[in-house]
Amino acid sequence: MRALHFCEACGKVQPPTPVDYFTFFGLPRKLNLDVAALDKDFYELSRKLHPDLNARAGSQEQEWSLQQSSLLNDAHRTLKDPIKRTEYLLKLEGVELEEQSKAATEQARSTGQAKKQIVPPDLLEEVFELNMQLEELRGLKKMGEDDPALIEEIGRQKLELEEKQDALLRELHGHWKMWDAMIQREQNGQPVSDEERKQACKRMIDVLNRRNYIRNLVRDVSEVLEN
Amino acid sequence: MSSDRIVGIDLGTTNSLVAFMQGESPVVIPGEDGSNLVPSVVALDQNNQPVIGNAARNSLISTPDRAVYSIKRLMGRGIDDIQEELKYFPFRLAEDLQAGEVLRIKLGDKTYTPPEISALILRQLKRNAERFFGEPVAKAVITVPAYFNDAQRQATKDAGRIAGLEVLRLVNEPTAASLAYGLDKKQNGIVAVYDLGGGTFDISILKLHDGIFEVIATNGDTHLGGDDIDNLLITIALDDIQGDLGLDLRRNAEAVQAIRKSVIEAKIALSSQPSAKLDVELPGGKRYLREITREQFEQLIQPIIDRTIGPCKQALKDAGLKPEQIDEAVLVGGSTRIPKVRALVKELFHREPHTGLNPDEVVALGAAVQANILGGGSEATENMLLLDVTPLSLGIEVAGGVTDKIILRNSTIPASATQHYTTQVDGQANVAIHVLQGERELAKDCRSLARFDLKGIPPMAAGMARIEVKFLIDANGILNVSAREQRSGKEAEIQVQPSYGLTDDQVESMILDSFDSAEEDFRQRQVIEARNEAETILAALEKGKKSPAWGHLTTDEKKKIARMEKSLVAVKSDEDYPAIRKAIDELNQGTTRLAELMMDSAVSVALKGKTMDEADMGEGPTAPHPMAKAEFE
Repeated sequence: MRALHFCEACGKVQPPTPVDYFTFFGLPRKLNLDVAALDKDFYELSRKLHPDLNARAGSQEQEWSLQQSSLLNDAHRTLKDPIKRTEYLLKLEGVELEEQSKAATEQARSTGQAKKQIVPPDLLEEVFELNMQLEELRGLKKMGEDDPALIEEIGRQKLELEEKQDALLRELHGHWKMWDAMIQREQNGQPVSDEERKQACKRMIDVLNRRNYIRNLVRDVSEVLEN
Repeated sequence: MSSDRIVGIDLGTTNSLVAFMQGESPVVIPGEDGSNLVPSVVALDQNNQPVIGNAARNSLISTPDRAVYSIKRLMGRGIDDIQEELKYFPFRLAEDLQAGEVLRIKLGDKTYTPPEISALILRQLKRNAERFFGEPVAKAVITVPAYFNDAQRQATKDAGRIAGLEVLRLVNEPTAASLAYGLDKKQNGIVAVYDLGGGTFDISILKLHDGIFEVIATNGDTHLGGDDIDNLLITIALDDIQGDLGLDLRRNAEAVQAIRKSVIEAKIALSSQPSAKLDVELPGGKRYLREITREQFEQLIQPIIDRTIGPCKQALKDAGLKPEQIDEAVLVGGSTRIPKVRALVKELFHREPHTGLNPDEVVALGAAVQANILGGGSEATENMLLLDVTPLSLGIEVAGGVTDKIILRNSTIPASATQHYTTQVDGQANVAIHVLQGERELAKDCRSLARFDLKGIPPMAAGMARIEVKFLIDANGILNVSAREQRSGKEAEIQVQPSYGLTDDQVESMILDSFDSAEEDFRQRQVIEARNEAETILAALEKGKKSPAWGHLTTDEKKKIARMEKSLVAVKSDEDYPAIRKAIDELNQGTTRLAELMMDSAVSVALKGKTMDEADMGEGPTAPHPMAKAEFE
């Protein structure tokens, strides 16, 4: 199917080339993606590259098959999920999420403390209050006690946060459209300025950082509620 | 036939099996005693020779200090992990064991590591296969619980190597079962495989489509199985006996094993009968008799089987599916014969579970299918491909004792992740990495997989080195690590300190011991079997000489046969297998016409008045010559 991964003529697995995930699947760096087509490609490539189906090949080919199929799986897993896809593309463009930034990692390593995320300013009050309520509930649970009203209140806030998450995803989809249009212009031969690119990335990273923060918070809430 | 046979092996907690693909379907290869199941029991006889399987079972009761069962529970584990096991299982550990090292258990005066014990079981299966095929078998696919971690998988691979088998692939047990199921049904859909064996529980959810068996999510408990049910009943019996008869038999190994045997029989009976009896002869001539009803049994085991609910719900959640979306629930493992377990599965997945496959054999059959695929496939398997996942998240320990997850659970394998490291100190030559498996946030709550030391980093100022470390989980679910310093392009040397495992050198030394005797054994067996074949063909020739067909041969033919007969008689008492083989083959060839003549007349005599079913046409790979088979008086 693609000379990239195996020889068209004899079907043997080729050595993997260090390509990004979009190139691996022969896709442009656009954010809207036909997931069904991606899956279909994935299964077809699996049939060619998987170690199980190359088990009788020479050891060099078997090694390539192992590398190629791990690349295939990593690429598929990343591109299939809309958030991972966006994060990956941004990484390719040289922009990193707060959580994963080298600066945060290095700071954590040197201070010995877990990485902290910056609270989105407009959520400061909500987050502060919610964290207090979670602490209270944790304390109660430790003593084997209960507070239905508190649980209901926390549950309500969790729903609100989940709605915010969904809204942010819709916002992200809007940014996707703009990005894809920009890439399409580039493909058509019209130049795109570095500034425009950077701005487009910044908009998306902001949305993702906010959404990730809320996602982590929802996770913390769920943990307290369920245990 | 090709000497590249690949067999499929189910190395189970309670029973082990070996199977292969025969034409369109997989079949189990029986042992010498004709049974398909080889109990995973190993004992040492009075001459310190290993005895495996059914023959070893009696030793559990008669010489319990020289026998061991359920060794799978110790594979890839350290002394700290097995404290629960030590309470209920009579594992006798070597005295000087340290935390973090591979376990050693005592059988009589000798000590063995769990992979060595498993290797003895594997070797038995290997022999059964070789006897069946009449040729050596060196390659296998071996199954492991889906929830086995890296150390447990590595231990299984080591066991294979020690037994003289090249383990081409480790396959997860529920996935293997789905292969056997899928080969049988040839339908697309979503299947949940509920596998409750002797010592481990797995739940896997798979999507079957167009020959692709894709695992979506998997979960389980590697400390949960039929053994736990047995131990509960044994404890109750021991309490009973102490209460009623004032006897504390907990330390009496023979008595405990006798009780265990009775408990297992009762447990099995209760799957089809409303009540069963525990009946054990105790030391001092006393007898323990107790009736147990199915209701009582079900009440007792409820907490144990309820432990399977959590993993099932988590797997469904990870798969993003509701029970209604499951098309089929498949039962695997002997413990799924218990009616209460079936009822639980029905409740969890909102449908009657599929019970059409033999729960004891289905995993081995699936392994045989995978072996066939690896060997190049055949018509039955030509479109089949397994896409499995890693069951546990892989993480690195970072500052603060926190786990940084780099490959998430349920990622399709092979899978990889790349991390970058640098040096803290000028000229630093190595970097230490601690790799963990598990879902918890803190490193201390996860499973230590290994500590890697990256050595040979070229001297540089602190923070200048850029070391790229690639973590790759291969198709066996085992971690491989490679590292490169990017500025210099130098491959870093990686030294692995496996937790609870054997080093390569240790495995190598174990192979040589095993291999020498195995090789010798094989040669001996070959000679014995050739001699048997020689006797058979000579006896048949005697019969042939007395038959009317003999008269139809020319003088020349008779002379030739006589000469070959003489050669064979002369050589068969020697140890020279090739010579015996040659003489047999020559005599076979020389008597082909005689055989045909006898066959014609024998068949016509035999078939007079009989149907095809009644006439014994003979079959089997051990006596291929028609003259040897026909026994018509």
